Amino acid sequence: MPADALQPFGPVAEAQDALWDLAYPIAIGVFVLVFAGLAYILVRFRDKGQEELPVQTHGNTRLEIVWTIIPALILVVIAIPTVQTIFDLAREPDPDSLIIDVVGKQYWWEFRYEEAGIWTASELHIPTGRDIYIRLDGSEPGNTTVYGQPPVMHSFWVPSLAGKRDYVPGAIREMRIQADEPGVYPGNCAEFCGLSHANMRFTVIAHSPEDYEAWVASQQEPALLAQDELVQQGQELFVSGACIGCHNITGHPDVDPDAPSRVGPDLTHFAAREAFAGYIFDSPFGEQVEDPDQAMENLRAWIRNSSAIKPGSHMPATQVDGAPVDGEQLDAIIAYLATLE
Amino acid sequence: MTAIAENPSTGTLPRRRGIFPRPTKTTGALSWLTTVDHKKIGIMYGIGALIFFVVGGLEALLIRAQLATPNGEVLSADLYNQVFTMHGLTMIFFVVMPLGAAFINYLLPLQLGARDVAFPRINAVSLWIWVVAGLFVYSSFFFEGAPNGSWVSYFPQALVGPDPAGNLASDAVAIQQSRMLFYSMGLQIAGVASLASAVNFVTTVLNMRAPGMTLMRMPVFSWMSFVTAFLLLFAMPVIGIALWQMMFQIRFAGPFFDPLNGGDPVLWEHMFWLFGHPEVYIMILPAFGIVSEILPVFSRKPLFGYSAIVFSGIAIGFLGWGVWAHHMFTAGLGPVADSAFGIATMLIAVPTGIKIFNWLGTMWGGQIRFTTPMLFAIGLVSMFTIGGLSGVTHSLVPHDTQQHDTYYVVAHFHYVLFGGALFGLFGGIYFWFPKAFGRLLNERIGKLHFWSMLIGFNLTFAPMHLLGLNGMPRRYYTYADGMGWNFWNAVVSIGSLVIALSFAIFVINIIVSRNNPPAGADPWDARSVEWLTSSPPPVHNFDDIPVISDNDELWYRKYASTSDEDAPVRVAAGGSDDENPGGPYGDRVSGKTAKELGIHMPDPSWFPLLLSLGLPIAAYGVFFEDRITMTAFFAVGGILTFGSMLGWALEPSAEEDH
Repeated sequence: MPADALQPFGPVAEAQDALWDLAYPIAIGVFVLVFAGLAYILVRFRDKGQEELPVQTHGNTRLEIVWTIIPALILVVIAIPTVQTIFDLAREPDPDSLIIDVVGKQYWWEFRYEEAGIWTASELHIPTGRDIYIRLDGSEPGNTTVYGQPPVMHSFWVPSLAGKRDYVPGAIREMRIQADEPGVYPGNCAEFCGLSHANMRFTVIAHSPEDYEAWVASQQEPALLAQDELVQQGQELFVSGACIGCHNITGHPDVDPDAPSRVGPDLTHFAAREAFAGYIFDSPFGEQVEDPDQAMENLRAWIRNSSAIKPGSHMPATQVDGAPVDGEQLDAIIAYLATLE
Repeated sequence: MTAIAENPSTGTLPRRRGIFPRPTKTTGALSWLTTVDHKKIGIMYGIGALIFFVVGGLEALLIRAQLATPNGEVLSADLYNQVFTMHGLTMIFFVVMPLGAAFINYLLPLQLGARDVAFPRINAVSLWIWVVAGLFVYSSFFFEGAPNGSWVSYFPQALVGPDPAGNLASDAVAIQQSRMLFYSMGLQIAGVASLASAVNFVTTVLNMRAPGMTLMRMPVFSWMSFVTAFLLLFAMPVIGIALWQMMFQIRFAGPFFDPLNGGDPVLWEHMFWLFGHPEVYIMILPAFGIVSEILPVFSRKPLFGYSAIVFSGIAIGFLGWGVWAHHMFTAGLGPVADSAFGIATMLIAVPTGIKIFNWLGTMWGGQIRFTTPMLFAIGLVSMFTIGGLSGVTHSLVPHDTQQHDTYYVVAHFHYVLFGGALFGLFGGIYFWFPKAFGRLLNERIGKLHFWSMLIGFNLTFAPMHLLGLNGMPRRYYTYADGMGWNFWNAVVSIGSLVIALSFAIFVINIIVSRNNPPAGADPWDARSVEWLTSSPPPVHNFDDIPVISDNDELWYRKYASTSDEDAPVRVAAGGSDDENPGGPYGDRVSGKTAKELGIHMPDPSWFPLLLSLGLPIAAYGVFFEDRITMTAFFAVGGILTFGSMLGWALEPSAEEDH
């Protein structure tokens, strides 16, 4: 699916696009008029070496009034639907709309489904045909500070579904999106937020209402406990490698179920995602992965030292007992991650 | 102030002594450092701006090298952020603004029929402060790196930096503080220069006009300079305060924009854009003025609707203050604010439309000579039209949330500031070059310059509209393959090389034109009085101050017309008495020196240069956490600045003749 602002796939983007469809032909019309007029003038009134100088006309009040009033009238025609659309899109959420809290971090998005009690990273799943109310919640900046620094601005943008809205630390911003058809809609951060601003992508995955319910149910399941030995080892390394300090895995024996909040992405269903690291690398476990070997290499490199492959990433290089993670330990951790479906 | 001694030989004032011997030379390399002549200052502004244009252009080429292909690896993310930030800062504060200032400095007194600006030494101090501000900002590359938060430097990103985890370096916070202090203090210093110039230009226009030059007989370029000066006068304090707050926020943990301390990042956006939007008109209005001078000359007609053009310029100046929040339509200000600022933005299209139509009206019925300045002026009219139309689409607030922070916006403002302002300014360079240097630039090379710049410009910026609407955000140091952005990015990068080539052609033109024959006082058959005096003009501008009776004064000294319906006919030099009831205005080449004429110009001075040097020294003090070092820098810088002010105050503007 292309990220094209002029190809709307939902009513919000359509309302925005309708204004473009109104104004664009007018703009083209004015453009053609001015350029045709200019071309005519340049050809007709070019210096032909004539003896007599042109008449020194200083202006024409009637003409000037006309070309003041006509543009003003055109702008009135554009202004009325613009203001209507502004107020229409700013209305309060419907009682049956789905409210999703969105938190922007350096450099990934967290999506919080408060009602369902699930958190996802960089993948926003929504039901089709339903009004989705996005709450860009920066109201408690203390919750998202990293290394004692305030969180920064981001901007949430899914071109096919709606225009962007800024994530403002210290405040709540709201917007609506809605998808008509199931599909995968690319999104990205549009407010300069640091080194990996370009690497802060996400997708909106629209499901039919039934599929969406099934997805919610699957996400609400806690992760399975480790069965075989390698996975068991990975589950333990998740604690000794300090991963658990930042990443929640609901169902992990060392996670307090009452305080699951973490600064890093929730990994309870990591293997069910299509991508990782701000949606810039395919997940080796995803269904649409193009090159699984490359994806696995990326994941290994990511766990070893994330900022080496994504500039400015806050995830520290993984260490076990003070030494860089070795190959066998990586195998175990990845084997464990693969079970998190 | 210009002093015209009644009788130089019998001055009665006691001679006052400066701190050290006063420079007296008006020629030679040293004279440029101490000059207070508005013409030399204007030329230095122009040369400085063109040097910075080369630097900013090289930064643009680096940006385009990085983005020419997906997953580019020319620059690191950190370096890319510094380069695009410096590109923006350079082009705005050290190229387009000062190039406009170069024309205002050089031309305003000449067009007004004045001997100099109102405050010649303040004029010099503006130049030198601007120069040291540029050097100060660029000195950041020798310390912890250049500012990296884009030219808008939104909070809290400006505070946090790209990398709070410190993966780049262990002292990431200190590095970020240093970079943003270069931004804050550098622009602060540059702002002092603009503010001083603004006061100077407003006073010059109000007080220094030649006899008979009413405001409505003032050339349009002077009018636009006047409006620009007012915009500067009110916009610079706003950004000055914001930058001061930024400095306290970053260096002394102030609360202003930090959400953890009860500050509000949106406050920075408001303050920045309350300056930032008028700034757009500060950059474009001088170019509008230049075009309004060029089009009539090469159409051999007066400006169509002079008063409409003047008043639309004033209207743009006023409305420019009421639209700042259209840069913040995605910030979530609410539907009432969004509607109000959307409508105000649409309104600006009306006066700009009036200007475009009046320029077309000027050419209508004329005898258009396609000289290089005329081509650039036509380039402005056409390219700015495109920028204006995409500007109107930004006022469709809901759709603007799709356009905002994408390459569509980058395309728009380059059509306004490059296709508009820079085309106009280059036109101005070709137009007034013979006045300033006595020789015309080569027309053939000039046309080559124009066409290569026009093609390169459109190749570079037209595809950006498509990239933006296809979802490519700006300020991305890289982009993935398969987004559909590869082809147009490659085209854009090729276009940027063509622009670089066109500038090289311009430089060649300057070099080869050194030996062109003298241009004479009035090579273009022009209309305003700066063409009355010799090329280049004498230090005192005019031997006899012209008396003005029309806003195309020079034209009506050369041509007489009996009515609006008849074509004018050429009359003998000296003016036609029927058009100028005051009678003939005397011999314009008297052959006498200024001294013989009793004209006394302000003398050169060291103090403007010395004063400006104090500011960056004091600013460097902010970088030191150690109080003693900080205080030492403040003291040295302060003594230099305030000591120079004292010396300046004790030094008379002009020495008596002996």
